[in-house]
Amino acid sequence: MNIELLTLSEIEAVTGEQGNFTVKIRKNPRFIDEDKCIACGLCAEKCPKKVEDEYNTGLSKRKAAYIKYGQTVPLKYAIDPVNCIYQTKGKCGVCTKVCPTGAINHDMTVEHVELNVGSVILSPGFKPFSPAGIDYYGYDEIPDVVTSLEYERMLSASGPFTGHLKKLSDGKDPEKIAWIQCVGSRNTNCAANGYCSSVCCMYAIKQAVMTQAHQPEGHGEQTIFYMDIRTPGKEYERYYESSKDKGVRYVRARPHSLIKGPDGVGVTMTWADDTGKTHDEYFDMVVLSIGLESPEDAETLAQAGGFKLDRFGFADTSSFDPVATSHPGVYVTGAFHSPKAIPQSVALASTAAARAKADLAPARGTLAIEKKFIEEFDIEGQEKRIGVFVCACGTNIASVVDVNAVAEYAASLEGVIHVENNLFTCSTDTQDLIAKTILDKELNAIVIAACTPRTHEPLFQETLQNSGLNKYMVEMANIRNMNSWVHPNEPEKATDKAKAQVRMAVAKVARNYPLTDIEVNITPRALVVGAGAAGMSAALSLADQGYETVLIEKQDQPGGMANYLDKTWKGEEIQSHLKALTQKISSHEMIQFHTNTELTAVSGFVGSFVGELTQGEDTLDIEFGTCVIATGARESEPAEYLYKKDNRVMTSLEFDLWVSREPDFAASCNSIAFIQCVGSRDDQKPYCSRVCCTQSIKKAVEVKTTNPAADVFIFYRDIRTYSDKELLFEKARELGVIFIRYELDSKPEVITSGDTLTIKGFDPILQLPVELDVDKLVLASAIVPNDANPFVEMFKCSVNSDGFLMESHPKLKPVDSTVDGVFLAGMCHYPKPVDEAIAQGEAAASRASVILSKKTLKLDAIKSAVTHNCDGCALCVDVCPYNAIELVINDQAATKNRVIKTNQALCKGCGICAATCPKEGVVINGFTMNQLKAQVDAILETV
Amino acid sequence: MINEPIGSVLMAGGGIAGIQAALDLADSGFYVYLVEKSAGIGGAMSQLDKTFPTNDCAM
Repeated sequence: MNIELLTLSEIEAVTGEQGNFTVKIRKNPRFIDEDKCIACGLCAEKCPKKVEDEYNTGLSKRKAAYIKYGQTVPLKYAIDPVNCIYQTKGKCGVCTKVCPTGAINHDMTVEHVELNVGSVILSPGFKPFSPAGIDYYGYDEIPDVVTSLEYERMLSASGPFTGHLKKLSDGKDPEKIAWIQCVGSRNTNCAANGYCSSVCCMYAIKQAVMTQAHQPEGHGEQTIFYMDIRTPGKEYERYYESSKDKGVRYVRARPHSLIKGPDGVGVTMTWADDTGKTHDEYFDMVVLSIGLESPEDAETLAQAGGFKLDRFGFADTSSFDPVATSHPGVYVTGAFHSPKAIPQSVALASTAAARAKADLAPARGTLAIEKKFIEEFDIEGQEKRIGVFVCACGTNIASVVDVNAVAEYAASLEGVIHVENNLFTCSTDTQDLIAKTILDKELNAIVIAACTPRTHEPLFQETLQNSGLNKYMVEMANIRNMNSWVHPNEPEKATDKAKAQVRMAVAKVARNYPLTDIEVNITPRALVVGAGAAGMSAALSLADQGYETVLIEKQDQPGGMANYLDKTWKGEEIQSHLKALTQKISSHEMIQFHTNTELTAVSGFVGSFVGELTQGEDTLDIEFGTCVIATGARESEPAEYLYKKDNRVMTSLEFDLWVSREPDFAASCNSIAFIQCVGSRDDQKPYCSRVCCTQSIKKAVEVKTTNPAADVFIFYRDIRTYSDKELLFEKARELGVIFIRYELDSKPEVITSGDTLTIKGFDPILQLPVELDVDKLVLASAIVPNDANPFVEMFKCSVNSDGFLMESHPKLKPVDSTVDGVFLAGMCHYPKPVDEAIAQGEAAASRASVILSKKTLKLDAIKSAVTHNCDGCALCVDVCPYNAIELVINDQAATKNRVIKTNQALCKGCGICAATCPKEGVVINGFTMNQLKAQVDAILETV
Repeated sequence: MINEPIGSVLMAGGGIAGIQAALDLADSGFYVYLVEKSAGIGGAMSQLDKTFPTNDCAM
């Protein structure tokens, strides 16, 4: 309701200043009136002009009148003026003739709109790299060479081939498929893209695994040709390893030429292995893992928004204020910030929201609208007067189901006193009509026989509310998705089924009773646990947004792991930022900061938690509405490579600390080696620690820059300098840092003899064993989470098998924990560099303030409720996945009794308790046994 | 920075990031103009089949 969607629109200019901008928007014509379009699809069906469908990467056709895809929002058709015959030649107009609602308007013109806003956030996304014109990939010449985006559409069930994979050359099923990584990424030769696109390794592995799943047992062979596999995210490494078990083959090589296979079918690829031997290998298809480039309109946007871009055309930002552009009040997020995967994009979106919310805190609520409904009328004790509305959905339902017959049948059912057929029950005018009919005919229960409640129930509930009828007095019979769409060839049976569906809905609604949504008071205070970079950023953002915040830290000083770091990979001074952050935290009037303090107990639920803070011997209870956990992680202690046995062997952090005390070290250093993945990516810790490659290379570059004569070696498995950190890797190679690859089963060996510290390994490039004497050996040891078990106990949240706190959804809710009202930031979630920790801290603050911005939390009324049948057997307590049920034993009563108590705020209405209970001692309001039984009886009536 | 800021935000780009930012803002008491260049929101994510590492449907 508070989001106004302007489609086909572009920013022309941004003027004004932070807090008060005027944005000029160019609104291109849709040629279809959004208010009138009911998405029946007739315009597209009858439109004579076929064009390439860009949504399906040109692999299928769409019409000049089109929707982007079936689930598009807004679900309104548009006419593409470049291809429309009427728009280009002034003839045709078939769409105008067939549109049942008169929505087509070929006279629409460009509109210019001026919007007055406090902040501007830009997220124009990315441009997929085009391999066209690069001869050695053969994309232009070979039909069976496709881009990864094309392949994604080919795999998709909603794609051009409905998920049935086929070769573009001969239409046959491909068996042997290859992926080539880094096409247009990490490449300054055919593309000026020196950076890593950060997402391609993951999507290629996923595509290979999904392809394997598409193919029959014993068929198919998927090969990924790569330089380094970069899976440095949560659960990424595990997926990579499991893909090998599923049969995906990995070859470390950069194929150098692709030619058409025999008879123009398939591809013959030439590649060279580690020994330099070349191979000609045939594949049915080759997928080019194309990189992400800055969006086409980056330059225009930067000019309009008045901010700077980096050399690759992405927004220029700093590590400490990750979403801020050079123009105050203008923020960036998503892939335009830098190439990134979905979870990072979603988290950074919340970061941008947090920054805008802080800027505009005094104006919160001034422009947002709150919907008010009229007072509800009482229907208690009334006989049911049921109204049934049968939708034709244009032709969607009516072309299969005889909707008039369904309506006629509905009228014969008990309790039904009004029946109506509608062309589109969901259209705005029908909504008004239903609300009016409820009042005119004194209806107190409604059945809508139309589409799915998943998308449309809230709409019809609102219609009831507009008339004053309780919103839970509506039931939907899904005679479209579950009927006409799946039985197009059996209209008679479909009509019978629709009647049965209506009979069920009527049986249920006859037993519905008014329910009241639950309101939970929200304590307007946040608790942030852990004052590292993430926790401090979260607390500061919440306070800047105007919310009282309690920040606690277990140690005697703030900073966490950031205290041990000197610079970001870009060279920004971490300590001075940390000092400034600490200063702000300590002096902010909305922040109470306690060191040497731990959270030792929690009760309550989202909106109203109570926590016990312990400081030495003292305890203090505090109430809070929401919590951000930012308890961090630490460097693990290596168990190999002579660590603790030879004092020249140290961990990354120890080395940093040692260098800070011996600033002349680099100048006097003759040789130094780094070993990567020490305790990471093995059986014990099967995850990548994400930061170590960048950390070691940064140190190597520092040594080599100060003292070019020093020998610097890095033993690695895959170099994972994702995103623009790749530039650091490039610089290290230019400076002469020597990278020596090793495999997990042939780790380097570290020995001492006399005063000499020697590393023995095998160089796969030279194909020779190497023995290197070094002054210092730095071990990039794994990052392990701090103990999160107390939080699992207190909040009932979860950790993954590596001990990192789990998010609610790995893609779409990356900073929400598995418990409502509890959010995650920083390394307790997964190892990450300081810029990402800061971003996630602010993102958590945005998610937390969604709750804190309200006085009460509204929850729906579909919740568990205890009945007098409950005898406290407690079977339901263990099965409840949300810990919403507790057993209450009353010893004081004359007759001892046991009974369960349900917590409505925690209950999600899943119904597992009701299904488990042997005696209807607990029910789900809105889905009682009585209601469900009536539905079952109704469907079985004719059997 | 002015003393009495405007309580609305312009969010340009209706991909997954733009949608998330718009929801966070609108759910916290701000009015959002979500400006999208094409005819519908969803961005690149809507073109994906499944997502890594859970194999969830992207749609």
